[in-house]
Amino acid sequence: MTDHGISGPATGAPLRAMLARVARRAEAVVLPLAALMAGFAVFSLFLLMQGKSPAEFFSLVYKAGFGTAFSWQNTLSRTAPLLFAALCVALPARLGLVVIGGEGAIVLGGLAAGALGVSLAGAPAAVALPLMALAACVVGGLWIGSVGALRYLRGVNETIASLLLAYIAIALMNHLVEGPLRDPASLNKPSTAPLADALRVGDMPGWDVHWGLLAGIAGCVLAWALIDRTTWGFAARIAGGNVRAAQVQGLPVGRLILGFTALGGAFAGLAGFFEVAAVHGSANASLASGYGYTGILIAFLARHNPLAIIPVAILLAGFEASSGLVQRRMDLPDATTLVLQGFVFVAILISETLYGRLRIFAPERWSTR
Amino acid sequence: MPTHPFSRRGFLRSGAALAGAAAVAPLSALPVSAAGDLTVGFIYVGPKDDFGYNQAHAEGAAAVKAMAGVTVVEEENVAETTDVQKSMESMINFDGATLLFPTSFGYFDPHILEVAPKYPDLRFEHCGGLWSADKHPSNVGSYFGYIGMGQYLNGIAAGHATKTKKIGFVAAKPIPQVLLNINSFLLGARAVDPSITCQVIFTGEWSMAVREAEATNALADGGADVITCHVDGPKVVMETAASRGCFLCGYHADQSPLAPDMYLTGAEWNWAQVYTDMVTTTMNGGSIDNFVRGGLAEGFIKMSPLGPAVSDAARAQFEATKAEIMKGGFAVIKGPLKDNAGNVIATEGQAFAETDVALESMGYLVEGVIGSTS
Repeated sequence: MTDHGISGPATGAPLRAMLARVARRAEAVVLPLAALMAGFAVFSLFLLMQGKSPAEFFSLVYKAGFGTAFSWQNTLSRTAPLLFAALCVALPARLGLVVIGGEGAIVLGGLAAGALGVSLAGAPAAVALPLMALAACVVGGLWIGSVGALRYLRGVNETIASLLLAYIAIALMNHLVEGPLRDPASLNKPSTAPLADALRVGDMPGWDVHWGLLAGIAGCVLAWALIDRTTWGFAARIAGGNVRAAQVQGLPVGRLILGFTALGGAFAGLAGFFEVAAVHGSANASLASGYGYTGILIAFLARHNPLAIIPVAILLAGFEASSGLVQRRMDLPDATTLVLQGFVFVAILISETLYGRLRIFAPERWSTR
Repeated sequence: MPTHPFSRRGFLRSGAALAGAAAVAPLSALPVSAAGDLTVGFIYVGPKDDFGYNQAHAEGAAAVKAMAGVTVVEEENVAETTDVQKSMESMINFDGATLLFPTSFGYFDPHILEVAPKYPDLRFEHCGGLWSADKHPSNVGSYFGYIGMGQYLNGIAAGHATKTKKIGFVAAKPIPQVLLNINSFLLGARAVDPSITCQVIFTGEWSMAVREAEATNALADGGADVITCHVDGPKVVMETAASRGCFLCGYHADQSPLAPDMYLTGAEWNWAQVYTDMVTTTMNGGSIDNFVRGGLAEGFIKMSPLGPAVSDAARAQFEATKAEIMKGGFAVIKGPLKDNAGNVIATEGQAFAETDVALESMGYLVEGVIGSTS
């Protein structure tokens, strides 16, 4: 970025330069927070219309999501799949692609891990678990990567393609779990055969939260490093800003699209791996439980910044962790949390239109002379 | 982020602190339970007003709620993931629940099996009948009802009502519990007229309104004039079938309010009786059996009152068969019987009574059912 040549009295320059730096960076933090607050405010009006107290709602959310040791474990144990699911949206988004079908990669990644785990029974965990995780990554990567390929090679809208592929993935999983891959002993809940105990991913020591959380955080950090610290990430950001300009510069736009969609899908596949290896112990229809869709909200809320995904995913997991207590205490239906998420999502989308328009965040426009 | 490890004592401490805070905070409505009171938690996989599986359980919970000295806490739309594990623990930690009814079949393995050993003093009762002494914790129980008998009685009402001799079944998945219901429905109808056939359509999901409506329309288009189903929420099937002029046989709960004129009868769960019995046993200091089963005679299931479209002849056969079933040992699956691929299921004289465990691994559709399990 070049010097904007801010004019002014020489004595005020250092202060002014610092303020300018803060202001430029503040936009990315202040606007999403303001949108979040606006979403909460509209939701509070909604609660008041229902004759319910917003104060009680938010205090219950705090208690059940973050107020006690149990609440934290509850929140964090829901966070892992959300981190991966959000990465599946955020990575392609840096290229300007809106991929909303991460659910499909989660489901098929989990299925691949579960099916491979069955045939690896007896193998040492140090070999089998990485192979299962790899299988989940490959399948998830191929699934979402194919969305990128359709986009680049055939001009197929990636949003629609990924959503429809998610339905196909779920149908495929159901077919395989109820047919060729079914454990004959799973009578009334068709599943793949249970994983051997040695092939289960356990909890982190002293916590009731499985290792997927740490892996998810590591994934977010890696994705951030890729985007912010490598030439690939730089190229992707250029292509995301203006694909024609990127092509004129000779950037490999096709490979970037394939790579970023496949990487996003691989992360979503990992979510499926942890669901199977850490939670369910086998692959079945419970894999399709909507994490992929919550991931969309998280990625948008985090403005597709992988580091910001971590706190946002924890916040959203906290909301989900508290929805039970809200139901029980306030006699509000389960859909209440969905309504809240909906208001927040709309507020975030509206706030997207404000970037670069508010003078307070644009030091080069501060001078009125 | 807390750095101290997770422990039950930690729970109790924070729970107590929370309860203390709540007692002073005017906004909170934490139930303050007196000594000797029992808090019972119910968890549902779908909405509790779904006219189906979840509503049947919620009606049972409502009966428990009406009992003196019992506090009921409920949660709906809880997925069969970490969600249900945490919902159980949340009810335990924040509400002091000591008896839990996580009602969805898929909550059992691994979720209840994961949570129950952490709370050996509490009781987990699961609907589905999966518990076995050598594999599962002793503070877990499972219960289920012989609702196939209800579908057999549905079939009798349907057999008298059908004019096309074609009846229809909208089914979720080809699993034993569902197959038994389909076979029972057809065999009930064939007890009226052996020429009747039953077309089955599997939607592949427990709850997928669009496919249920499509399946119902397809059955009506194919000539079926009495329709029943086994999906979580029968509302869509019932309303669609009624709009196509088909008679209805209900399932899970009473769906007669949806189409009173077309509703013949229905196979309903009677969880109110089962749950109030279990809660009474617990409050009296007794212990609930780990493995509980029952049918019509034991009050685990019941039939919806017969509707206005049921003829006198149908009513007579319905009541006579119901009386037979009430005596116990009734067999719907009995020889000579073949499946719809021609394989012999039961030879002459062979019979599988409602309590027969062989029925629980059923993998076939009987002769007369049009459809396939795969």
